[in-house]
Amino acid sequence: MRIKILIRLKSQILEPQGKVIEQSLNNLGFNEFNNIRQGKLIELDLPDNLNKEEKDQKIDSACKKLLVNDIIEEYEVL
Amino acid sequence: MSFKSAVITFPGSNCDRDALCYLQDLTKGVVYNIWHEETSLPQVDLVILPGGFSFGDYLRSGAMASKSKIINDVIKHANDDRYLLGICNGFQILTEIGLLKGALIQNKNLKFLGKNCFIKKKFKNNFNLSIKEDQVLQIPVAHNEGNFYCDNETLKSLKNNEQIAFEYCKGEFSNCEENINGSIEAIAGITNKKKNILGMMPHPERAYSDFHPSQDGRLIIESLIT
Repeated sequence: MRIKILIRLKSQILEPQGKVIEQSLNNLGFNEFNNIRQGKLIELDLPDNLNKEEKDQKIDSACKKLLVNDIIEEYEVL
Repeated sequence: MSFKSAVITFPGSNCDRDALCYLQDLTKGVVYNIWHEETSLPQVDLVILPGGFSFGDYLRSGAMASKSKIINDVIKHANDDRYLLGICNGFQILTEIGLLKGALIQNKNLKFLGKNCFIKKKFKNNFNLSIKEDQVLQIPVAHNEGNFYCDNETLKSLKNNEQIAFEYCKGEFSNCEENINGSIEAIAGITNKKKNILGMMPHPERAYSDFHPSQDGRLIIESLIT
């Protein structure tokens, strides 16, 4: 099964790239685009025979050990 | 007893050679260069995690290096109360390992900063003993993710335990802002609680020799060996 993990900076942390993207979009006339924040998406394959509990446990463990720094980031599995 | 030290090299480290020369010239003792895939460190007084772009800064700066094979022994070294210094990418690696609190996020102005900057010591520890109160040091920075962040509770404990080693400040000349990268409370370097581990964004190994614009970086090693 294909897994998608969305990782983003916590809302209280300044995300300057989003601000610059927002400025550029506004300059192009997309004036209604506000509060832009950029994150990252990690896609991976896990074996189909894992049950939900095993799958969640593996993803959580990988996020805690490497994929996510929980001081600054949060994640959700899409 | 001569002072022994070691520098760890990761793929993408680019200040390891500078750090080796810095230690050789200033400590006059044995300096080992250790590849990250090694599993054991020699018994040394100080280990430096050098600057650079370990593993291309993939995922997050320092994230991959923090899982390298040598890191278990680096942690053991620090747990034995011996000195550990992370410079720039080395500081990022120390926060990713969890040996130091907080995290280093992208500079507030989105620019890679490669310039001289000024720092002064905040709280006393063994790494800054030779530096006087209010003495302003000129030491270069070269980073994209040097903006120190931690939550309020962590900041409070860093202050209460006097773990803030250096903060950015204004110098005698400069086009430098007082807080160059947006770090909380202009923090440039912190220690662990026991104060045997220091992480700092400025590069003291680029400010020690006669051919460098400043020799203020010497004071860190001098603090440790005197």
